[in-house]
Amino acid sequence: MYQYNDFDSAFLAERNVQFRAQVARRIDGSLTEDEFKPLRLMNGLYLQLHAYMLRVAIPYGTLSSAQMDKLALLAEKWDKGYGHFTTRQNIQYNWPKLNDVPDMLDALAEVNLHAIQTSGNTIRNVTADHFAGAAADEVADPRPVAELIRQWSTDHPEFQALPRKFKIAVSGAIENDRAVIKAHDIGLYIVKNDAGEIGYQIVVGGGLGRTPMIGKTLKEFVKQEDLLSYLEATVSVWNLLGRRDNKYKARIKITVHEHGIEEIRQRVEDRFQLIRPTFGGFDVELLKEIETFFANPTFKSASTDTYTAAYDADPLFRSWADANLATHKNADYSIVTISLKKHGDTPGDASADQMRAMAELARLYGHDELRISHEQNVILPHVHKSDLPAIYAALKEHELHTANIGLISDIIACPGMDYCALATARSIPVAQQIATRFDELKLEHEIGHLQIKISGCINACGHHHVGHIGILGLDRAGVENYQITLGGDATNSAAVGQRVGPGFAYDEIVPAIERTVQGYLELREDENETFIQTFNRVGMAPFKAFIYPEAQANAA
Amino acid sequence: MARAFTPKVITANHLLEGDVIYMTDTGEWTRELCNAVLLTDEADADLRLLEAQQQVDEVVGVYLADAKTDDNGNPTPTHFREEFRRTGPSNYFHGKQAEA
Ligand code: HEM
Ligand code: SF4
Repeated sequence: MYQYNDFDSAFLAERNVQFRAQVARRIDGSLTEDEFKPLRLMNGLYLQLHAYMLRVAIPYGTLSSAQMDKLALLAEKWDKGYGHFTTRQNIQYNWPKLNDVPDMLDALAEVNLHAIQTSGNTIRNVTADHFAGAAADEVADPRPVAELIRQWSTDHPEFQALPRKFKIAVSGAIENDRAVIKAHDIGLYIVKNDAGEIGYQIVVGGGLGRTPMIGKTLKEFVKQEDLLSYLEATVSVWNLLGRRDNKYKARIKITVHEHGIEEIRQRVEDRFQLIRPTFGGFDVELLKEIETFFANPTFKSASTDTYTAAYDADPLFRSWADANLATHKNADYSIVTISLKKHGDTPGDASADQMRAMAELARLYGHDELRISHEQNVILPHVHKSDLPAIYAALKEHELHTANIGLISDIIACPGMDYCALATARSIPVAQQIATRFDELKLEHEIGHLQIKISGCINACGHHHVGHIGILGLDRAGVENYQITLGGDATNSAAVGQRVGPGFAYDEIVPAIERTVQGYLELREDENETFIQTFNRVGMAPFKAFIYPEAQANAA
Repeated sequence: MARAFTPKVITANHLLEGDVIYMTDTGEWTRELCNAVLLTDEADADLRLLEAQQQVDEVVGVYLADAKTDDNGNPTPTHFREEFRRTGPSNYFHGKQAEA
C-alpha cells in the first residue's frame, strides 16, 4: 500500500490545524455559515437532514487493517456505532457533532486518511476497480496510476475552483469493467498497444445525475509518460469551456455534448502539446516509485484441500463460495467479497464490530488488505483458498456471510430521504424490502445475476441509470413515487436504462419489481440467459405487459 | 396571482449538534415541533425568519416549513420530508424518535 512520506503527512497535519481553527471561528461567530460552508465542504463535512455528515475518502477503495480499525473507532467514538460505505468508495458518518469533527480528522490522519476533496468543485476521490491487483483479468494494477492522479489532483492550484465536481475512475480490466468507467467525467482503461506497451484509453464525458451520459473515447491510447499532461490538458480545456453560468450544465459531459467530441479532442491535443514539455518526466519517476508500494504480497503455497473438502461437504459454504468468490490471478487464491447486504439491512452499512472483524480477517488471512467496492461491499483481495472455511466461519459470527454478490439483493442504494437533504424520496427501505421479499421467495439464486440500483432523487448517487433495474424515488405532489428503468448497464457495454412508464407509490414499488422479475423468469430462454441479456433480446414491450397488467387488461 | 399563504414554522439545524430545531413563540429554539410557533401571517413569518437568520452563531440553514395544526392544536408537518426531520430516519431507531 502507498505509505505517506513526510510531505504528505505534514500537508495533512497543516490542513487539519487550519480546519480546527475554522471550526472554532465558526463557533465563536466570527465566520458566518456562508463563509464556513465552502470550508467545511472542502473537508468533507455536509449538513444533512438530522445531523452533520462526514465523508471520508478511501482512495481507490483500498484500506489496510489499521485503517479499517480506525474507521471503526470513529464510528464508535463519535457516531452511532456504524458507518455507511458509498458508491464512491467513501465512508460516510451520519451523526458527527461539529465540535468533534476536528478530532475525527486528526484520528484519521494517524492512519493517513482524510476527507479532503470529497466535496466541492474539485477533482474528487479517484475510484478504481475493487479487484485491483488481484483480478485474473487485468492488464495492470490500476492503483499506482490512481495514486499518481490523486497526488497530482490533490490541492492542484489550477483545479480548486472548477466549474463543477470532477470524478475520475481507473480500471485495468477493459473486458470486465467493475468500476463504471463510462459514467465518470474521465475514465481510464489500462490497455496494451500492439507493441505490448502499457498505456491508457481515455473516456470522457460520462456521468449520471439529471442528464445521464455514457462517456466517449477521447483517445484510444495515451502513453504512460503522457498521462498526467494529457489529463491536465483535458481538465484545463473544460475548466475554461465549462458552463459556469448554469450548474446543471457545468459538468464536462455537457461540455462534450455541446462542443462535440471532435472539437474537445482537438482542443485537448493543442493544450497537451503546449504543456507536455513542462512535465519534464517527474511524473514517470513518481509513478515508478509509487508502483513499488503496490507490489504483490508474498503469496504462500499450501494445499487447498481444506477448501475443496468444505466445498463438497457444506452446502451453505458452497453457496457462499459460488456467489462471493472471484478468480484471483494466483490459482491457489481467491478474491472474497464480503456482503454488506444482509437481507433487510441497510445496504453498505457496517457496524464498528463488523469493521473490526473484517480488519482482523484481513490481518490474519488477507495480507492486511481490504477494498471497498462501489457496490457498497467489502473485499479481501488476496485470500489463500485453504483459509476460506475459517473466513466463512468468522464472517458468520458477525452476520457478514450473506451469499448474494451480484444477485437481486445485492442492491446499491443511496441514503435517500432517510438522511439526505436533497432527497425527494426514500431509497434505503425500498432496498430493504426488495431484499427481504426475494429472500422469502427463495428465488434469488434462480434469478441469477441482476443489479438493482436505487436513488432518492435525480442526482443519481445510487447509479439507478446503470442498474439492470433502476429505481428513482421522486416527490409527486407531496407523496413518494418511484420510477422504474430497465436495461441499464454499468460495464464496458454501458447503457442508460429506459423508463418503463408511470411511477409507483411507495407501497406499490416492491410488487412492481416482483412482477418485473416474474416477467424475466418467464421470458428468458433458459437459466443461462441473464436478466440484462433477456431485456436486450426482447426489449421493453414484453416487460411492460408484466409490470402494468391492468393496462394490458384494459387494452384487451 | 400569488399563491395564498399557508401556515409555517421556522426551522433550522443546530450549529453544534446539527439536529433539527424549531422556533417557539418567544423566539427561543426548541427540539420538538409541538413546541414551535405556527405562523399564520405572511408578513410576521417573513420578519421572524429574518430575525432567526441573524442568529448565525447558534443555527444553520434557517427556513420556513409548511405545517398545520394537529388534533391537539400543535404544529405538525404537511410534507413527508418534514415528518422525517421531526422523527429521524426510518431504517434505524435513531435521531429524534430515540431521544424523546
Ligand atoms: C449529503 C449527501 C449527498 C449529497 C448532497 C450529494 C449530492 C450530489 C449531487 C448534487 C449530485 C449530482 C451532480 C451533478 O449531476 O452534477 C450527485 C451525484 C452523485 N453522487 Fe452524490 N450526494 C450525496 C451522497 C452521495 C452518496 C452517499 C453517494 C454514494 C453512495 C454519492 C455518489 C454520487 C454519485 C455516484 C453521483 C452520480 C455520478 C455523477 O456525479 O454524475 N453521493 N451527488
Ligand atoms: S441521489 Fe439524491 S437522495 Fe440520493 S444521496 Fe444523492 S442527492 Fe441524496
